[in-house]
Amino acid sequence: MSGLITRRGLLTGISALGAGAVLSACGAKTGSDTSKAAGAKADTSGDTVKVGLLNSLSGTMAISEVTVHNALLLAVKEINAAGGVLGKKLEPVSQDGASDWPTFAEKAQALITDSKVVATFGCWTSASRKAVKPVFERNKSLLFYPVQYEGLEQSPYIFYSGATTNQQIVPALDYLKKQGLTKLYLVGSDYVFPRTANKIIKTYAKANGMEVLGEDYAPLGSTEFATIVNKVKGAGADAVFNTLNGDSNVAFFKEYKSAGLTAKKLPVLSVSIAEEEVKSIGTQYLEGQLTAWNYYQTTPGAANEKFVAAYRAAYGKDKPTSDPMEAAYISVHLWKAMVEKAGSFDVEKVKAASDGIEFDAPEGKVTVDGATQHVHKTARIGKVTASGLIEEVWNSGGPIKPDPYLKGYDWAADL
Amino acid sequence: MTTTSTPPATVPAAGPPAGPPDRPFQNRFRIPAAFLLGAVLLVGVAPLVLSDFRLGLLAKYLCYGIVAVGVSLAWGRGGLLVLGQGVFFGLGGYAMAMHLKLADAAATGQPLPDFMQLYGTEGGLPWWWQPFANPAFALAMTVLLPMAVAALLGVLVFRRRVKGAYFAILSQALAAALAIWLVGQQATTGGTNGLTDFQGFFGYDLNDPVNQRMVYVIIAIVLLLLMALARQLFVSRYGELLIAVRDSEERVRFLGYNPANVKLVAYVVAAGMAGLAGALFVPAVGIISPALIGIVPSIGFVIGAAVGGRASLVGAVLGAIAVAWAQSTLSDAWPAGWTYLQGLLFVVAVGFLPGGLASLTTVLRRRRSTDGVRATKGVTA
Amino acid sequence: MTVILNQSFTGVSIGAVLLLIALGLTLTFGQMGVINMAHGEFIMAGAYTTYVLQKPIENAGISLLLALPVAFLVAGSMGALLEWLLIRRLYARPLDTLLVTWGVSLMLQQLARDVFGAPNVQTTAPDLLTGSVSVAGVTLANSRLFILGFALLCVCGLAAILRVTPLGRRIRAVVQNRDLAEVSGIATGRVDRTTFFIGSGLAGMAGVALTLIGPIGPTTGTNYIVDAFLVVVVGGIGRLRGAVITAFVLGLLQSVLEYSTTVSVAKVVVLVGIVAFLQWRPQGLYTVRTRSLV
Repeated sequence: MSGLITRRGLLTGISALGAGAVLSACGAKTGSDTSKAAGAKADTSGDTVKVGLLNSLSGTMAISEVTVHNALLLAVKEINAAGGVLGKKLEPVSQDGASDWPTFAEKAQALITDSKVVATFGCWTSASRKAVKPVFERNKSLLFYPVQYEGLEQSPYIFYSGATTNQQIVPALDYLKKQGLTKLYLVGSDYVFPRTANKIIKTYAKANGMEVLGEDYAPLGSTEFATIVNKVKGAGADAVFNTLNGDSNVAFFKEYKSAGLTAKKLPVLSVSIAEEEVKSIGTQYLEGQLTAWNYYQTTPGAANEKFVAAYRAAYGKDKPTSDPMEAAYISVHLWKAMVEKAGSFDVEKVKAASDGIEFDAPEGKVTVDGATQHVHKTARIGKVTASGLIEEVWNSGGPIKPDPYLKGYDWAADL
Repeated sequence: MTTTSTPPATVPAAGPPAGPPDRPFQNRFRIPAAFLLGAVLLVGVAPLVLSDFRLGLLAKYLCYGIVAVGVSLAWGRGGLLVLGQGVFFGLGGYAMAMHLKLADAAATGQPLPDFMQLYGTEGGLPWWWQPFANPAFALAMTVLLPMAVAALLGVLVFRRRVKGAYFAILSQALAAALAIWLVGQQATTGGTNGLTDFQGFFGYDLNDPVNQRMVYVIIAIVLLLLMALARQLFVSRYGELLIAVRDSEERVRFLGYNPANVKLVAYVVAAGMAGLAGALFVPAVGIISPALIGIVPSIGFVIGAAVGGRASLVGAVLGAIAVAWAQSTLSDAWPAGWTYLQGLLFVVAVGFLPGGLASLTTVLRRRRSTDGVRATKGVTA
Repeated sequence: MTVILNQSFTGVSIGAVLLLIALGLTLTFGQMGVINMAHGEFIMAGAYTTYVLQKPIENAGISLLLALPVAFLVAGSMGALLEWLLIRRLYARPLDTLLVTWGVSLMLQQLARDVFGAPNVQTTAPDLLTGSVSVAGVTLANSRLFILGFALLCVCGLAAILRVTPLGRRIRAVVQNRDLAEVSGIATGRVDRTTFFIGSGLAGMAGVALTLIGPIGPTTGTNYIVDAFLVVVVGGIGRLRGAVITAFVLGLLQSVLEYSTTVSVAKVVVLVGIVAFLQWRPQGLYTVRTRSLV
C-alpha cells in the first residue's frame, strides 16, 4: 500500500497542535488538596429555589419511577402551599434518567451545575445511585434517595429515606424464622441488590439455624422461569425469598401458579413488590403471598389517610400509593425540616442539622439518624389480599435504628 | 443480491473523499483547510466558550464520534454492517476502567477496588485483573483487546464467507452475550452497576475541572487524529479496494484479491477505534456499564453514522455527535416525541437517503438531471 | 428421574415458545430474506390484542380463542402495510432493511406506550390453562401444553400451505427464482405482500400465546427478537424443518444448562455456541439451494 500516507503535512500539523494543547492544560494531581474544586454553588438568591427531581420518565424503569416522581411533585406542591422553605417557594426541575445509568450521571451534573439546585431527589436502582454518587460527592451537593436498598453504603452527600437491610430484609428473616419457615430458596434478578441481599440472607441463615437450599438469578427482564420454578419445587424449601425486579415477577408468578404452587403450599416473600406491582402482576397470581416493606397503603394513621387522599386527588382515584413513593414523599419534607433547623440552604449546615429531625410520616413517626444519614423506620410484613391491596400481618413494634453496615449484628461480623 | 448497502448511484455523491486521489488543484487545499478549521474549533474555541458541564457533554459526544469514524470505515466504505460495536467499546472501556479502579485502590492503600470489597471476591484480586495495574499494559489493551477479538471473529466469519445478514445478527448475539456475562460476574465486574466512581486518571485528579478539560482536549485530539488516519485509508489504494469489495465482492475475488482480508482490516481498525472511544469515555463520563454494550447501544452507534452519512467521514462523525446531542437535549423536554423522532430519522435516513444528510445536496442536484437510481437498479437486484 | 423428566418438559416448552416466535420469521426472513426487526412488535401487537379483547368479552377462554384470529389479522395487516410502505423499496438492500425496521420498531414501542401506558398490563388466563396435570410425577403446566400444541398446529398449517396450496407454490417459486417466477406470470409483488402478511400474522398469534407465560408491555417483543432470528439462522434459511429442530434443541440445551449452571451462564453459552456452530455450518442445519446470495 504505497499510497497509504500521501498528505504528510496534514498529520504533522495536527501533532503539533495536539502537543501544545495538552501542555497548556494540567490540573491537580491525585491526592493533592481539591477543596478548590468544590463544585457548583446552589442558587438561593431569588424568591424561589430550584430542587432537582431525577427519575426515569422513559425506559424500562419508568413504570416504577414515574410514581416516585409524582409523589415528589406532590410533596413539593404541599410545601409550596404551606409557604415554601425559609420563605422561598420551591421550583421543581425534572430530569429524565431514561433508565440508563450514564444518563443519570449526566443529568445529575446538569441539575447541579446548570439548574443550580439546592438539593436533588430521586434515583431508584442501585446502579443509578452508584452512577450519580461521585457526581454529588464531587460537587458537594445533596441527593435524597427514596428506595429500599442493599446497604453497605454511606455517602456523605446522600440521605437514604428508604430502608436499609436491617430495616427490611433482616426483620423479614426474623419473621420467617418465627413462623418456623427455616428452609429458604432464594430467587432474584441478576443485579446488585438481590446478590448483596442474598449474601446477607445466607450469612444470617448460617448463624440462625436456617438453611438456604438454593439460589438462582434471572437476567433483568427475563421472562422464562420454568427451570427456576422446577428447581424451587424440587428443593423442598419452606419459603421462597424473592428479590426479582419488575417484569420478571409477572412471568415468575404465572409460572409459579402453573406449577401448582400456592401461598399455602410454599409462600413467597417478596421485597420488590409494592401495591403498584401487585396491580400489574395480577391479584390472582399473588393472593396470600408475603411482602416486606415499611409502608403499605393500608397502614393506619391520620398522616397516611391525608397522604393517600392527596395523592388520589392529584393523580386519580385508582392510583395506589407504595413504599418508595412514601419514602420519596417524606424525603422532601425531611429536607425542609433540616433546612429550617439549619436556617440555611448551605449543604454542610443542612447536614449538621439533620440529626434528630422528626416527621410525622404516613408510615408513622420517622427520625433522621445524622451519623448514617439514614432514617429510623418500622419494618412491616404484609399479605396480598384479594382486592390487590397489602394488609399488614406483623410489624417490628417501633422504628428500627438504621445500620447500613450491619455493625450491630454479631452474625454479620465477617460479611 | 450482494452485501451492498448503498446503491451505486449515491456512492460518488457520498462525501468529498470518495473521489480518485488526483483531484483538481483547488481541492488539495480545501480539505486540509476545513480540517484545520475543525481542529481550531474543537481544541481552541470550544474549551474557551463552553462551561465545564457543556464541555463534559461534548467530550462524551466526541467519544461517539470516534466510534463513528470506525463505523464509517467498516460500514460506509466496506459495507459491513457492524452491529456489535458495543462489544469493542465495552472492552476498551472496561480495560481502562479496570486500570483506573486499581490505581485508585493503590493510591488509597486498599488491596482491592472498592466494589470488590463490597460484593466480595474470594481469594483476592482475580488473575485477569492483575496485569491491568500496569498503565502501559492497560492502555495498550484498550485498543489491542478489541482488535484481537475483532480479528478472531473476523477471520472466522469472513473466511467462511458469512453473508451480511448473518454477520449483523451474529454481532448482535455477541453483544448480548457479553452484556449478560458482565452482569452475571458482579463480584469481578461490578455487575449491572458497571465500574464507576473514578478518582484519578494516570495520576491526575478527575475531580478537578481543569483535568476534566484536559480529558476533553485529549478526546478531541484523538478524534482528529483518527479522522486524519481514516481519510488516509480512504484515499489509499486500500480504500479503493474496500469500496470495490463492498460493491462487488465476487468481482474483486475474480481479480485475484482476497476480499476476506480486505474486510478484516476494516473491521479490526473499526474495532480498535471503538475500543479507544470506550477507553476515553470512562474518564470523561465516569462510568462504564453493561448498559453501554448490549444490542440497543450497539445499534445506537450506527444511528448517527447513518443519519449523517455513512460513507462520508465528516457526515458520519457530525451525525453521531448531533444525534447524541439531540438525545440528551430533546429527551428531557419531550421523552415520547424523541423516540418517535429517533425512529423516523432512522427510517428516512436509511430508507430514503442512504448517503445520509451529507448526500442531501448531491441527491437533490442529481434528481434534477438524470434519474440515476433507477438506471442502476438492475445491477444490484 | 422426575427432575430429568420435568426439565425435559421445560426444555420442550421453551422450544415451543422459540418455535412459535420464530415461525413467522421463517417466512419473512427465511423465505424472503428480509430482516424485519419490527417482528417483535408484531408479537407485542398480538399480546395487546388479547388484552383489548378481554375488556368487552368477560369469558377468558372465549376471548383467548377469539384473540388468535384477530391478532393474526391485526399483526398481519401491520406487516403487509410495512411491506407496502417500506420494505418493498428495500429488497435490494437487506442490511438497510434491518435498520429501517428497527426504526419502525422504536416507533411502534412508543406508540404502545402512549396508547396502553408504560406499565405492563395483565390478562386473565382461562381457569383451564392456569392449572397443571401430573403424569408419572411430572407436572405439566396446562398453559405450556397449550403453547406446545398450538406451535405444532401452526407448523403443520404452515407446512401444508407451503406444500400443497397454489399460494405456497407461488411463494416457493418466488424464493427459488424471482425472475423466472415473474416471467411465468406470477405477480411477485403480491406474493411478497401475502407472505409478509402470513409471517407477521403468525407473530401476532405467538403474542397471544405469550400472554399465558409472561408480561404484556411495550418491550414484550424485543425480549424475543434476537432469539427468534438465531433459530432461523441456525435452522438454515428457508427451511421449516431446520427451524423446528433448532427450536427444540435450543430449548432443551437451555433448560439443561439452566438447571446445571445459572440462567445467565446458560444464555451466554447458548449464544456463543450458536456463533461457533455457524462457523462449522455457516448455512445452518439445512440449506436450500437458490440462486440468491442472501
